Amino acid sequence: MKLSSWVLIFLLCNLTFLSSISAFRLSRSQPTERISGSAGDVLEDNPVGRLKVFVYELPSKYNKKILQKDPRCLNHMFAAEIYMQRFLLSSPVRTLNPEEADWFYVPVYTTCDLTPNGLPLPFKSPRMMRSAIQLIASNWPYWNRTEGADHFFVVPHDFGACFHYQEEKAIGRGILPLLQRATLVQTFGQRNHVCLKEGSITVPPYAPPQKMQSHLIPEKTPRSIFVYFRGLFYDVGNDPEGGYYARGARAAVWENFKDNPLFDISTEHPTTYYEDMQRAIFCLCPLGWAPWSPRLVEAVIFGCIPVIIADDIVLPFADAIPWEDIGVFVDEKDVPYLDTILTSIPPEVILRKQRLLANPSMKQAMLFPQPAQPGDAFHQVLNGLARKLPHERSVYLRPGEKLLNWTAGPVADLKPW
Amino acid sequence: MKLSALHQSYLNRRSNSFRSPTSLDSSVDGSGKSLIAVFWLILHCLCCLISLVLGFRFSRLVFFFLFSTSSTNLYSAPFRPDLPVKHLDVHTIGRNLDPGANGTVAMATKSSRVVVGRHGIRIRPWPHPNPVEVMKAHGIIERVQKEQKTIFGMKSSKMVIAVTPTYVRTFQALHLTGVVHSLMLVPYDVVWIVVEAGGATNETGLIIAKSGLRTIHVGIDQRMPNTWEDRSKLEVFMRLQALRVVREEKLDGIVMFADDSNMHSMEFFDEIQNVKWFGTVSVGILAHSGNAEEMVMSMDKRKEMEKEEEEESSSLPVQGPACNSTDQLIGWHIFNTLPYAGKSAVYIDDVAAVLPQKLEWSGFVLNSRLLWEEAENKPEWVKDFGSLNENEGVDSPLSLLKDPSMVEPLGSCGRQVLLWWLRVEARADSKFPPGWIIDPPLEITVAAKRTPWPDVPPEPPTKKKDQMPLSQGNTVVKSSSPPDTANITSNGEENKTGKIRLR
Repeated sequence: MKLSSWVLIFLLCNLTFLSSISAFRLSRSQPTERISGSAGDVLEDNPVGRLKVFVYELPSKYNKKILQKDPRCLNHMFAAEIYMQRFLLSSPVRTLNPEEADWFYVPVYTTCDLTPNGLPLPFKSPRMMRSAIQLIASNWPYWNRTEGADHFFVVPHDFGACFHYQEEKAIGRGILPLLQRATLVQTFGQRNHVCLKEGSITVPPYAPPQKMQSHLIPEKTPRSIFVYFRGLFYDVGNDPEGGYYARGARAAVWENFKDNPLFDISTEHPTTYYEDMQRAIFCLCPLGWAPWSPRLVEAVIFGCIPVIIADDIVLPFADAIPWEDIGVFVDEKDVPYLDTILTSIPPEVILRKQRLLANPSMKQAMLFPQPAQPGDAFHQVLNGLARKLPHERSVYLRPGEKLLNWTAGPVADLKPW
Repeated sequence: MKLSALHQSYLNRRSNSFRSPTSLDSSVDGSGKSLIAVFWLILHCLCCLISLVLGFRFSRLVFFFLFSTSSTNLYSAPFRPDLPVKHLDVHTIGRNLDPGANGTVAMATKSSRVVVGRHGIRIRPWPHPNPVEVMKAHGIIERVQKEQKTIFGMKSSKMVIAVTPTYVRTFQALHLTGVVHSLMLVPYDVVWIVVEAGGATNETGLIIAKSGLRTIHVGIDQRMPNTWEDRSKLEVFMRLQALRVVREEKLDGIVMFADDSNMHSMEFFDEIQNVKWFGTVSVGILAHSGNAEEMVMSMDKRKEMEKEEEEESSSLPVQGPACNSTDQLIGWHIFNTLPYAGKSAVYIDDVAAVLPQKLEWSGFVLNSRLLWEEAENKPEWVKDFGSLNENEGVDSPLSLLKDPSMVEPLGSCGRQVLLWWLRVEARADSKFPPGWIIDPPLEITVAAKRTPWPDVPPEPPTKKKDQMPLSQGNTVVKSSSPPDTANITSNGEENKTGKIRLR
């Protein structure tokens, strides 16, 4: 039995290797460097065989029906939760036997209640999450066994499981009390912040892989733009005076560098946005209302060195990817001296960063392709989960022990969904 | 991420700190709660009114002065003087207003140096580009591009041999300077062979010397005739002369024909590096005469024609290789001259469309080794250049080949138009100062018969100075009003040589 399972796994690995030949090919002939983060050279690890995930069968009102009501959820930057479920349902790490599962996944789409403009409203999300947890707690014994410590949830909203788009309100709410022990897979990451729990896995926001691949230009096109950025500097609708949005960092970029020929920055929406990024050496990735943004993913895919202006941000897969070697980190207080900082980087360092960015496993790790490919973001999430195994003994509660407070939180959250 | 005003109303934001006591803290008793609420409401309204009058957020300023902590920083040269530029810690304010705030709020600011709330917009004292840094950045860009070239670009590049037939005329400087600039931008080695009709003159020599490239200036004694037909024949002769020079000097590179009025893109020079022996590219044909009125008229006429006649298959003004679906050369696209039948220019200064030959020389490039007497690996389908008989009529470079099907189509099989063919010449009687330098400066101003500007502004009152005695007996012409045609025509044409400044 054991031998045949090993043979099966070996064959599976071979198959995945062969399929990687036709994988998402982005870097064609540029020399690259191996990437190894603080957890070692783990970007190309294969999670198959290292963990087992059980996917709860929730009623479709938690996932499919929501998606049917608004299919725009498949394309916005929070689509990771939907694709994660789809990936897990057909992945070899899935197990149908919950007794042998190491991790449990709860497929609930909390970021799919969209305004007419397409922005997700988080007001019902806590109730939805709560109702889903109540359901699994009452129908399966696995939640109560550990009070959720071996469960993971995907919460890709602005401030993760704090379920609010406004930072002060999000901090005020904190992470949903029922998720105190679970592992959260989220896009938000900021050190010493209420909404980033210890042990969370930071993932990149969803960016459509086909759309980006269709805008690739020949790699020999010379990079002639020094710094590139397209986006808002002042959010006139919500923060007319400035200073609130992006903690004033984006406004500072504009005021200091609007007449600088090296900085190609503007608020326009050009159709050649992706092509222009491939012609730029540095791409600014400043914070907005939240510190993360899909610009990081786009910069990595297009080989443009990301300049990250967000204090204390935690970037995706920070233990697997050495972001310090790949991107340039600028403190918000140093934004007025951005040109000095960028021009004083030695050219060898810049070339090394470009070589690291050209590494195909780096680009693959930032994407959520369908169907899933080896080394992509789904696999990095599973790798991260596998690195947290085996669970400690303290995870399993003694019978009768209760750690979660089911009535904590604002009163409005306790209403049934 | 981007929040719309729809679900985040301005009122919501403004009353942010004021609303928190009522929403978060439910432990305050009922009567006290309503009193506090009324008090805050009144205060809020008062601050609103004051802000309306003053034009900035008065409430924030008050709280800043009342509850300011030591962590305030004032920044120099604030761009928005109306904004109280300060670094606020909203949690200190929140705490003062809302005694029952969650402990998590304090936790956020305890160990994190990042605080939520209004921050100042940092602007440095001189927010303009620093030239030293700009130069450093350009150095970085160059280094990155060099690296890109070594990885993706040509491994070894061949020399570009440009052949240009030219002659001295009014627009020579215009056209030739364009070629000078294009060749100066070419990133490879360039040898420029300029063949001049009417003998090698200093005029041409000066222009090509400015390029700083290696040039070979050849003069032939014949003068350029004044019909397009004869001119193209002479140009062919001149090009063959240049090819003889290539053969004698044994220049090694890729020969391209840069006619002086053509426009070349830089991709053209990159693309021709791929040629093995004999290649062809697509040439865009600009067959208009360049006369603006004529063009406008012909555009209107053309629109009328299009409306009357149903569908004349629009002729692509491109001359170049035609390929089948497997990217093999099957023929050539030729410029359709039928619409211009009988209306094309015959003399060089005719105001009509100038038509190209069947196959223009500029659309062909060849490896210079084809012209050598002895070259290894020279293919058999090339005629020996030394024994070429010009009297048999060489009208296109294909006459140099025995087998025209061996020509390599470049530029993704002719789909990319890499250069543009144009012929524009000035009137035959047009004169121009030698070298286009007017020295000494002219003393007389004459209004031209036709100006592109509809209203010529009146002469400034310093007209009196113009009437000061002149050195020679030239009459002074008053030009205070728009084209004083009577005055001017009586003095002769405006194109007189001599000291007349044309306006």
